[in-house]
Amino acid sequence: MLSLNGIGKRFGGLTALEGISFNVGKGSITGIIGPNGAGKTTLFNVATGIYPPSCGAVLLEGKDISKLPPEGRARLGLVRTFQNIELFGKMTVLENVMVGLHTRSSSGLFACSFRMPWQMSEERRIRERAMELLDFVGIPELAAVQAGTLSFGKGRLLEIARAMALEPKILLMDEPAAGLNSSETADLADLIKRIRDLGVTVALVEHDMDLVMDICDQLVVLNLGTMLAEGTPRQIQDNPAVITAYLGEE
Amino acid sequence: MKTDRIKFLVFALVVLLIPLPLSGGYLTNVLIFVGINSVLALGLNLLLGYAGQISLGQAAFFGLGAYGSGVLTTAYAMNPWLAMIAVALCVAAFAFAIGFPVLRLKGHYLAMATLGVGVIVNIALNETVELTGGPSGLSGIPNLQVGSLTFDSDLKNYYLVWVFALGMILLSLNLVNSRFGRGLRAIHDSEVAARVMGVNARLMKVQVFTLSAFMSAIMGSLYCHVMTFISPSSFGFSMSVELLTMVVIGGLGSVYGSILGALLLTLLPEMLRTFQDYDIIVYGLLLITMTIYLPGGLAEGIPALFRRLVPVRKVTEGSDA
Amino acid sequence: MELLNQVTQFVISGLATGAIYALIGLSFAIIFNSTGIINFAQGEFVMLGGVLTIFSLNVLHLPLVAAIVVAVAVTTIIGLVFERLAIRPLKNATPLALIIITIGASILIRGLVMLLWGKDTQALPAFSGTDPISIAGATLLPQHLWIFGVTILVIVGCRLFFNHTISGKAMRACSFNRRAANLVGISVGRMVLFSFVISAAVGSLAGVIIAPLTMTAYDVGVMLGLKGFCAAIMGGMGSGLGTVLGGLILGTLESLGAGLISSGYKDAIAFFILLLILFIRPQGLFKKGETERV
Ligand SMILES: Nc1ncnc2c1ncn2[C@@H]1O[C@H](COP(=O)(O)OP(=O)(O)O)[C@@H](O)[C@H]1O
Ligand SMILES: [Mg+2]
Repeated sequence: MLSLNGIGKRFGGLTALEGISFNVGKGSITGIIGPNGAGKTTLFNVATGIYPPSCGAVLLEGKDISKLPPEGRARLGLVRTFQNIELFGKMTVLENVMVGLHTRSSSGLFACSFRMPWQMSEERRIRERAMELLDFVGIPELAAVQAGTLSFGKGRLLEIARAMALEPKILLMDEPAAGLNSSETADLADLIKRIRDLGVTVALVEHDMDLVMDICDQLVVLNLGTMLAEGTPRQIQDNPAVITAYLGEE
Repeated sequence: MKTDRIKFLVFALVVLLIPLPLSGGYLTNVLIFVGINSVLALGLNLLLGYAGQISLGQAAFFGLGAYGSGVLTTAYAMNPWLAMIAVALCVAAFAFAIGFPVLRLKGHYLAMATLGVGVIVNIALNETVELTGGPSGLSGIPNLQVGSLTFDSDLKNYYLVWVFALGMILLSLNLVNSRFGRGLRAIHDSEVAARVMGVNARLMKVQVFTLSAFMSAIMGSLYCHVMTFISPSSFGFSMSVELLTMVVIGGLGSVYGSILGALLLTLLPEMLRTFQDYDIIVYGLLLITMTIYLPGGLAEGIPALFRRLVPVRKVTEGSDA
Repeated sequence: MELLNQVTQFVISGLATGAIYALIGLSFAIIFNSTGIINFAQGEFVMLGGVLTIFSLNVLHLPLVAAIVVAVAVTTIIGLVFERLAIRPLKNATPLALIIITIGASILIRGLVMLLWGKDTQALPAFSGTDPISIAGATLLPQHLWIFGVTILVIVGCRLFFNHTISGKAMRACSFNRRAANLVGISVGRMVLFSFVISAAVGSLAGVIIAPLTMTAYDVGVMLGLKGFCAAIMGGMGSGLGTVLGGLILGTLESLGAGLISSGYKDAIAFFILLLILFIRPQGLFKKGETERV
């Protein structure tokens, strides 16, 4: 589904990523783990086109998307959530999801300002679909609330609903469980599995090892910007290099 | 949705009825300019209040519209309506072309770049003397005409300007409450998140910039035909700052706020005649105090004040949704 | 030969105004580097320098040196008050809010000066007379020498301050990383205040030394400020040599353009350069790009 080929990223003198190559298999849940500062978020930023890579290529379903801007990648089905939730804080929860439906609708400047009939019906459709998505993540009652006032946990769910609105082929989640309590984390695990069951490929960065071991089919371990290991959760658990560099520290 | 419609209808009715008791007096004349400034402020507000992109060069588009129409209808004796459309399209094309490099910039840099565009346009208006008449202005611009009706009195011009203004206000209201408007607000709140959600932020910013330029150019054309005389000093940096003040006072991200801001800032100097040029002191104070103490502008402040003054009635939430 | 002389002449006067732009650019950069704010009222500090010197000289009948000291001191106090009243109250202000506030301050200051001293253009007498000094066929005014001298002094002074004093180093630390600076015990708030104070002083000094050459009035701040900003942008908003070079290049181009092409478009030249740089090299002429953090 998503292939990274020899990705490298430098910030001035700092090498944040070097020689990262792996595939995220279609329909799988892939976990990306590694200590803080390993370059996981940077990898997502490169994959989604927020940062240009210093070298390497990003392929989506075999197609090179390295030259596309983030919105172009989103249109092709590569969508993400953010580590430090990036909601549209001044808009309502429902409107946030409706923005997620931007690529699933088409009314432009003219249709919108002249209220063309098709625009009105499209608007109705967007609204209904957005409500369904809020149902899907379990926060329909918050539809009219201003997004900026949400708790961390609810904000996470909204971010997921908004991302799902794009009908992604692959969803990248950056530390979705950070800041959640254990029952919220359990709900999240369930939600991620439901997303996978809808046919969406998932890649997630996560520190919560229990969650990762529970839901992931495949793991990639990053350390200091390089790939330390790759394999099934079992293989990673038994990998001596990983144990010393990462798990061993805990 | 419904209440929005009713609000607009009431507003339109008020606008259309106001001149009747005034019987074409001095106030009617002032209200013409309120109409023009409302649309100018609204155009800036779409850009600044909704998309979050500042422009300190709005007066340039207004000026290009005015001078375009002025020159074409005097030196080239072109049909004013045709000229208005042609000029507005040209100004929009100009805005679209410079929009891509300009709106790639953010924050302070964007402010400086738009300011630069504004200043360059103003210098050009001053320096192309053969065409524009330079600093001493351009006179003898004809009034607009429809059939045998010539817009040559304040009352007629009031209706001329406000019909245009009401139309643009209605279109803007539609726009901000739509997919496009949501996209703009998303860009304002977090451009990165908006782009990752598939919103083509670069294009939408340029589109709304172009729209605001188009609206300003139309108002410029109307202005030149209403005034029949124009000079570059009406379209300089101070005009851009005045428009900014209107938007900030009225309320960033509020359509009716822009109109309120335009109303206040157009009436204020008229009421403070003795104050002359010193109105910039008041503008300066307003810009600072509003931004610090009432960042939502009057559009937010007045309802808030109302709620504080009028004791809260118990209303069962959601029963009338 | 005639043309060559002319060109030399244009270059000399261009370098002198360029030095002024450099100083103003520097004053922009000082605030920008410790706060991330582009102060749109910067030009008014420059204007205040000139106007207040003339006031002290003509109305208070102070000797020139004292008049200059008073003007710079008063402007500095205005910079301090401005920071306290308009910048400090806003915590976590968006760039948009800061732009609007500093624009507000700019027209407020301009309006007050107009109210107090009227709209007339006034001249400050040159510091050491107006007998031209001729060098290699071109003439140099004594005021030019003052401008070059003061500019060099201020730049060297700033260098020493930022690199060799505790306060200067603390201010630089703030510009690199405010949170980290705070953690090591630097009072970021005080550094912000400092930056406004120093910046107002440098800006007003620029206004004082240019006043004898160009005359001054309540509204000269806008253009001077914008051109100073242009210089700072050319230098990548650093407070070092880049800005100085930017100012000198701008001044020279402007003077040559005005002299050889058309004087009416003189001001447009600066803005044209400004736009060009913002479009093509927003990080400045002499710097490499950086990646914005997400
Ligand atoms: N925009 C940037 N500019 C400079 N350095 C950055 C930037 N973004 C990330 N980094 C650096 O790259 C490294 C990896 O960061 P990050 O990808 O956020 O790590 P992780 O998400 O694995 O904790 C860190 O050292 C970080 O400081
Ligand atoms: Mg991270």
